[in-house]
Amino acid sequence: MNPAGIAAQLERATRGIVPAATVLLLVLVSMLPLPVAGLSNVMPAFGLMAVYYWVVLRPDLLPRTVVFGLGLVTDALSGLPFGIHALVYLLVHAAMLDQRRFIAGRPFWLFWGGFVLVATAATAGTWLLASLLRGAILAPTATLVTTLLTIAIFPLATFLLLRVQRGLVGADVR
Amino acid sequence: MAARGWNRSIAGLAVPLRVWAQRFAFLALVALAFALMLLSKAESVAVERARLAIVDAFVPILDVMSRPVQSAGEAVDAVDGLFLTYADNTRLRHENAELAKWVDLARQLELENATLRAQLSHVPDNPPKLVSARVVADTGGAFFQSVLVNAGGRDFVRRGQAVVAQGGLVGRVAAVGERSARVLLLTDINSRIPVIVLSTGDRAVLAGDNTRQPKLLYLPSTAPVSPGDRIVTSGDGGLFPRGLVVGSVVEATDGRVSVEPLVDFARLDQALVLDYGLDGVLPPPERMPARETLAPAPAK
Repeated sequence: MNPAGIAAQLERATRGIVPAATVLLLVLVSMLPLPVAGLSNVMPAFGLMAVYYWVVLRPDLLPRTVVFGLGLVTDALSGLPFGIHALVYLLVHAAMLDQRRFIAGRPFWLFWGGFVLVATAATAGTWLLASLLRGAILAPTATLVTTLLTIAIFPLATFLLLRVQRGLVGADVR
Repeated sequence: MAARGWNRSIAGLAVPLRVWAQRFAFLALVALAFALMLLSKAESVAVERARLAIVDAFVPILDVMSRPVQSAGEAVDAVDGLFLTYADNTRLRHENAELAKWVDLARQLELENATLRAQLSHVPDNPPKLVSARVVADTGGAFFQSVLVNAGGRDFVRRGQAVVAQGGLVGRVAAVGERSARVLLLTDINSRIPVIVLSTGDRAVLAGDNTRQPKLLYLPSTAPVSPGDRIVTSGDGGLFPRGLVVGSVVEATDGRVSVEPLVDFARLDQALVLDYGLDGVLPPPERMPARETLAPAPAK
């Protein structure tokens, strides 16, 4: 096989891995023990940002089963009942696959506006499922703050993910 | 002619079939997620094993990732310390003068205790075995107050053991993998710890509620508690040893007593797992997670 062929193959492989890897990395970052009082209680849902980003901009690179698997890993690490994040990520994936045509290629505020809806629904859903399964109403205020922080930090995450996409993946959508 | 028509009908059938298959795959995954939630709720052994396997796989990565975070925290503390040197020095001088009196008293009491114990032929408690572990992840957000530590079954960490740091109780070991363990913090909604109010000797249960200040339950209504009272573990139930410092009362308004833990959970980087050899309500420790040993013993 010629070197050009290997390079092309390598590039394709990278392209396939990068979206899932960024989701995983952001999930791990959101679990780091940061020395800021009270932050862990309102840690923004970084994983959700990356799932939303890739499903809207490159849905071909983040298939449903991978999203499901990433949700399971998030559940395993967080200690929450298995399947909560898997279900939430799956529903976000399905919803955005359907709605991305209204967002992809449009101005940024529309991209952000879509995320406001998704983040609100997703954190509310996570809160509801966790509360049901743990049998108690869990910190609604902290959940609200988490949602607001998630929405507020989203542009920064988008900026970073955009750099990653430009550098490693490319912008062409199938 | 006939062949072309056949091809077209195949193509016509394939598209709806693919759509149908995709929809089915989606519904199957949704159903799988719900099934996993229910199994997890029922504390299925297989689901718990899968969880521990995933955690074990990711803990080395979290271990590496959390090191720079810890170093950065230490650097900030160091700079903070430089600015506070003068104030700290003054405060510590005062504290030292105060404590010098207590040291004398403690020496006297130690001597007295030793004499009395000798007269009673007192058998001392076994000192605990200690396992030092690093906190590598702070997980669960507002929904689940737990941390992951980088010591597990191979380091003889067992389910139910008490975890302390900075001189105070952190929580207990809730699940043990091969090289990782999950520590349920005493602030979690599922945490119930038998405690004593040190000043009065009243017994109570410290119940987490996912806020930073757990509450005291079942405290006798006549018990006089006031802010500043020390709370220590009572050792009731045999899960925790007696006398581990938990924190102090910050607020005691009618029927609602909040406790501020001694441990600063934001600065939690090293923790000690204590092994007192206590079985308590848990089965005898084994190398694997205790879930398996919870099954009733086969009839003889």
